[in-house]
Amino acid sequence: MEAFQKGADGVYVAGCLEGECHYLTGNLRAKKRVEYTKKLLDEIGVGGERLEMYNIAASDGPRFAEVAREMHEKIKALGPSPIREALHKKKAA
Amino acid sequence: MIVAERKPIEEIIGFVQNCKKILIVGCNECVTVCYAGGKKEVGILASALTMAFMKEGKELEIKEVTLERQCDPEYLEELRGFIDEYEAVISLACGAGVQFLAEKYLETPVFPGVNTLFMGVTEERGVWSERCQGCGQCILGQTAGICPISRCAKRLLNGPCGGSTKGKCEINPELDCAWQLIIERLKKLERLDDYETLIPIKDWSTERAGGPRKLVREDLQQ
Repeated sequence: MEAFQKGADGVYVAGCLEGECHYLTGNLRAKKRVEYTKKLLDEIGVGGERLEMYNIAASDGPRFAEVAREMHEKIKALGPSPIREALHKKKAA
Repeated sequence: MIVAERKPIEEIIGFVQNCKKILIVGCNECVTVCYAGGKKEVGILASALTMAFMKEGKELEIKEVTLERQCDPEYLEELRGFIDEYEAVISLACGAGVQFLAEKYLETPVFPGVNTLFMGVTEERGVWSERCQGCGQCILGQTAGICPISRCAKRLLNGPCGGSTKGKCEINPELDCAWQLIIERLKKLERLDDYETLIPIKDWSTERAGGPRKLVREDLQQ
């Protein structure tokens, strides 16, 4: 939420692969919380699609890069977040 | 504990849409435990409201405070020094806390940020269910520790009714029949004979039927 409030166009949470988390079910709980936050972002008109959760193994660099590119493309297609635009307008005023 | 859930953001925005400076007050007790109105939820709501206002090109200054309890005057006093600086308060306490805050600060509009649901328990993480309706005359001693007032849809004192099927209630197939639970527990406790003792007609005057209730303990009063 803080990242969006500061103008982030998108945020992704990278958790461990399911079943392979050091914190056992930490990544599964994070997934549910991300779902909750997506709904909240929808409710306030920022758009839940700007937030995603990915499961990436810590050693899987190529997958990390792939996800980063995927998210980048997605955010580019969505355009700037309404909060970023509001911050820009405020700065310009 | 008292179980509550956050109101839809849209409804909360409606309360403060014309404000520029508000106070969000959380409560460290029940609503913290059920993730509806503790410090964390105060922060999330503040963030959500800030963004909702920014999106509309408006600014909203928010102060976040979480009190130990909102149902005790000494904690509400902590707001005395600065509450007047704000146009409105959103309280994330249960209905009791919201009202007590409003009673103590008559000059400031106070709005509820949660819907207060029931007195209940945490069945598992993220699941709460009702256990008590505060009827004022507890009969759990006769019902094997299972409350037919809060858990039987008809609040039957001598159940089950004809709508009980395979241990489930007719109003919802997911809902356990409280009287089935009572009978099973009495069996386990080898107290099934107690089931034959009829529970007399209840005096509902100690429940809501008698109007708003009050408890006075003279030994504790100052």
